[in-house]
Amino acid sequence: MSNETNRRDFLGYTFAAVAAVGGAASLVGMKKAWDPLPSVLSSGFTEFDLSAVKAGHPSTIMWRGKPVFILKKTADMQPNKRDLIINGDRYTIAIGLCTHLGCIPAWKKTKWKCPCHGGEFNASGEEIFGPPPRPLDLPPFSISGTKIVLGEEGPEYKKIAAAMKA
Amino acid sequence: MAKFTKANSVGEWLDQRLNTTTLNKVLMTEYWIPKDINFLWAMGVLLATTFGILVISGIFLMMYYKPDVNLAFDSVNYTIMQEVAYGWLFRHMHGVAASVVFLIIYIHMFTGIYYGSYKQGREMIWISGMLLFVVFSAAGFSGYMLPWGQMSYWAAMVITNLFGGIPFIGPDLVVWIRGDFNVADATLTRFFMLHVFLLPIVIMGLIAFHFYTLRIPHVNNQDSEELDFDAEAEKYLSGNKKESKVIPFWPIFISKDLAVLGIFLLFYFYLVFFHYEFAMDPVNFDPADNMATPAHIYPEWYFLWSYEVLRGFFFDIGPMKAFDIGLAAFGFANAIFLFLPFLDRDTKILPAHKRPAFFVWFWILMADLIVLTIWGKLPPTGANAWVGFVAATLFIVLFILLPVISKIDAKKRGA
Ligand code: FES
Repeated sequence: MSNETNRRDFLGYTFAAVAAVGGAASLVGMKKAWDPLPSVLSSGFTEFDLSAVKAGHPSTIMWRGKPVFILKKTADMQPNKRDLIINGDRYTIAIGLCTHLGCIPAWKKTKWKCPCHGGEFNASGEEIFGPPPRPLDLPPFSISGTKIVLGEEGPEYKKIAAAMKA
Repeated sequence: MAKFTKANSVGEWLDQRLNTTTLNKVLMTEYWIPKDINFLWAMGVLLATTFGILVISGIFLMMYYKPDVNLAFDSVNYTIMQEVAYGWLFRHMHGVAASVVFLIIYIHMFTGIYYGSYKQGREMIWISGMLLFVVFSAAGFSGYMLPWGQMSYWAAMVITNLFGGIPFIGPDLVVWIRGDFNVADATLTRFFMLHVFLLPIVIMGLIAFHFYTLRIPHVNNQDSEELDFDAEAEKYLSGNKKESKVIPFWPIFISKDLAVLGIFLLFYFYLVFFHYEFAMDPVNFDPADNMATPAHIYPEWYFLWSYEVLRGFFFDIGPMKAFDIGLAAFGFANAIFLFLPFLDRDTKILPAHKRPAFFVWFWILMADLIVLTIWGKLPPTGANAWVGFVAATLFIVLFILLPVISKIDAKKRGA
């Protein structure tokens, strides 16, 4: 009798082990199936010429399907640690998605206002009102001359990213 | 094997093999319903019917819909609306049903709260019902996204971003859910799958479970009277129909449900034919544009109250970021109803008008939900932001107070 029971138990444990391994493996597979595809991950770089922009009027360019704000600051806009300085001009570079829930804030003269829950960001991309928890995010970029290439981590990017963390 | 003899009719043939006579008794002719219930108890049948309408109209829409970011908008707004014979009808039926299904769910829910139908022994009915509500919300949201208009796109953007607030894994989770850095084609196709397959299957399973949870505690009644269903059923079966406090579901009780259903369907088709626009936001007739957010975005009416709780907290409190408070409040608002049976500390089942403190609590909650719903649609600026803040805070306070309030009633009754 006890002999018989043990054998049944063994069969049960064997099945449990196989099922657990198989189940865990399929979960990994299912998780990965929902990850972004390689073609999405490798989506390209975007180039933009900074010399063309007018101070005080931000440009919006598309990078990886997201808007990126590029604002050349006017003289009366406060300097900030995240400013990108090229030939003495100060620029704010930021991913144009509200850090609250991702709407695109619109430029209203001196600041960005988010239509969704009323968040506001100043000309340096810092949150000044409403629910956004942090400044607008900095996209990776590199600089050559007056050209900016989005998607590449250049030395200027690293310096600003470090300054923003500090 | 059971003994099979030659059957004299199709019914008998089936009965021998499937025991249909017993099944019919259990589900229909001897499924007992208290006499003392009003039209508010017909919402279950209304919901089942509306879900049926959603499934059937959905099947017809699916045959022409194309889940691809380049084709989706036109497949709905041109092919289905202009080319397919009666395509417009199926779309309006589907859209309006998706909206009114929430109206009926809310009525169903608050009827349950008013009459204490979630208490002592009926907890599983309540919990399975709330699970249904959650899955219905997911189905509603995933379907809202499919026409790929501006509102669809930005609703998807905002809702998927909500997951970014979860500590540590948030940002990666958002990318994983979307299958892209942005709301994109991968997002659309997986939401299509959820909307037309996985969620409907889960809903069907939950509906079956929700019905089953009713079998043992039985349905509540207007006076929350505790009935001995076996004894009452006996009376009924022995011909003492007048004295018995129960009636069979079929064909007696269902007739009332069907009368209410008739009125509901008139209202529903009135909306479908004459006021379908109430379920179709004009902004959603602009194709999705990932480079421009509409000036003012808001969800469909049935999500407005929880949306307003989310954005009600617009300023930082001490070290807590407004975003995190809002998100926590939103999570609270969506989960708290599930715990209602355990927050209500009154040990007796009674309708709200026999529980003075609870009665006040109930109507304040209703008023607060209406305020949240109205302000959820207004732009969140100036005084509006403060109304939202007060209403959202009140909502949370109400649920924190519920255990105390329900105890006060019990004490006053001398329990
Ligand atoms: S998404 Fe910008 S404030 Fe909420």
